[in-house]
Amino acid sequence: MASSGRPERQAPPELFYNETEARKYTSNSRMIEIQQKLSERAMELLALPEDTSCYILDIGCGSGLSGECLTDNDHVWVGMDISPHMLDIAREREVEGDIILGDMGDGMPFRPGSFDGVISISALQWLCNADKAFHKPAKRLYTFFSTLYGVLSRGARAVFQFYPENSSQIEMITQQAMKAGFTGGLVVDYPNSTKAKKMFLCLFAGGAHQQLPTGLGTDTVPQESSGASFSAFREKRKRGDRKPLKNSREWILQKKERRRKQGREVPVDTKYTGRKRKARF
Amino acid sequence: MKLLTHNILTSNIIKGVTRGFPLKIKSSRLEVKEVDFNPDFILRILPKLDWSALRQAATEVGYGNGLPEELPSSLEGDDSLQKTIHNILLQVEIVEGELECPETGRKFPIQNGIPNMLLNEDEVS
Ligand SMILES: C[S@@+](CC[C@H](N)C(=O)[O-])C[C@H]1O[C@@H](n2cnc3c(N)ncnc32)[C@H](O)[C@@H]1O
Repeated sequence: MASSGRPERQAPPELFYNETEARKYTSNSRMIEIQQKLSERAMELLALPEDTSCYILDIGCGSGLSGECLTDNDHVWVGMDISPHMLDIAREREVEGDIILGDMGDGMPFRPGSFDGVISISALQWLCNADKAFHKPAKRLYTFFSTLYGVLSRGARAVFQFYPENSSQIEMITQQAMKAGFTGGLVVDYPNSTKAKKMFLCLFAGGAHQQLPTGLGTDTVPQESSGASFSAFREKRKRGDRKPLKNSREWILQKKERRRKQGREVPVDTKYTGRKRKARF
Repeated sequence: MKLLTHNILTSNIIKGVTRGFPLKIKSSRLEVKEVDFNPDFILRILPKLDWSALRQAATEVGYGNGLPEELPSSLEGDDSLQKTIHNILLQVEIVEGELECPETGRKFPIQNGIPNMLLNEDEVS
């Protein structure tokens, strides 16, 4: 983003994410890696039960990198994006999720209670801009959040990794989310590092009270630490489940097989596949 | 677009539309793509489905065979019905076609498997 400034300032998303920009999501390994890392962290904050296949909405699903992370965790997903070029890349990638061309600011066109969770990577800040003369950012945010609340099942979470331009954007976004009925708040990872700092808006759609997870790399020792509740989820997994444990050799083999079926290039399986690497410093 | 998505998709974001469900389907090209069978997911999603809308949609695109009029109270153990439902929900895909709002007649094109739900300025609520 350095010299060219923020993408949101250059053009509306459906124009910014043109063919050239969309192509980067299959060719630029650094961008791919960043999207994957953010998706994995967002998944962790979603805290879905690990032994259940859930139905998830991915907002600003783009080329489907975040969706693939959902597929790898055995979830079924629907993605929405405003850029046809990004969605063409997702089709090209033969993602397992179903994708819809839509503007989140128009509202969520789904039946009440459809989804068990929502994930959104690097998309929400786009709603803070008025890209058309009739756009009113606060109103579009409200339309978005209030309809989103409706399509979630009670107690479900929505996790947005986003890049706010300034604190007044954060305020506008959280205000509209709360007005729409959500609880929750901001989770900031590595708040003291300009480079590694990442922001997640973590929202809860009703249900029992939920503790906001703690950011990574914060100095405060969390009392009711989020880490604890997430590992509690993991421990709930019964032995002898059909699904292999995440990141185990078997899990990686299955994931590679899925990619192979899609005709993608995948490293060959060896005895080293899925082995722990020695820490080298 | 898969029929599972059709089963949750509405046009109620259009100003003045109250339910916008089920959207009428016109399909001019259909594909069946292999998707891993996941019985856990099928059993979990069943209670959320609008069964009659699913039957109707499946029939409209020529895959209505094998779907009972009423959904049995439990599918636990009924492997063949689970697989039929899996096929209809996740494998059958409308690649080219059109959806239509049942209240306003507004059409939403489906191209390359992607339904276009973008609204015009005067339709936004
Ligand atoms: C950084 S990309 C995210 C990429 C995506 N997570 C992936 O895996 O490829 C942000 C995406 O948000 C989408 N977006 C921006 N504004 C949007 C809006 N109003 N409605 C829907 N999608 C939007 C853009 O089109 C773009 O694809």
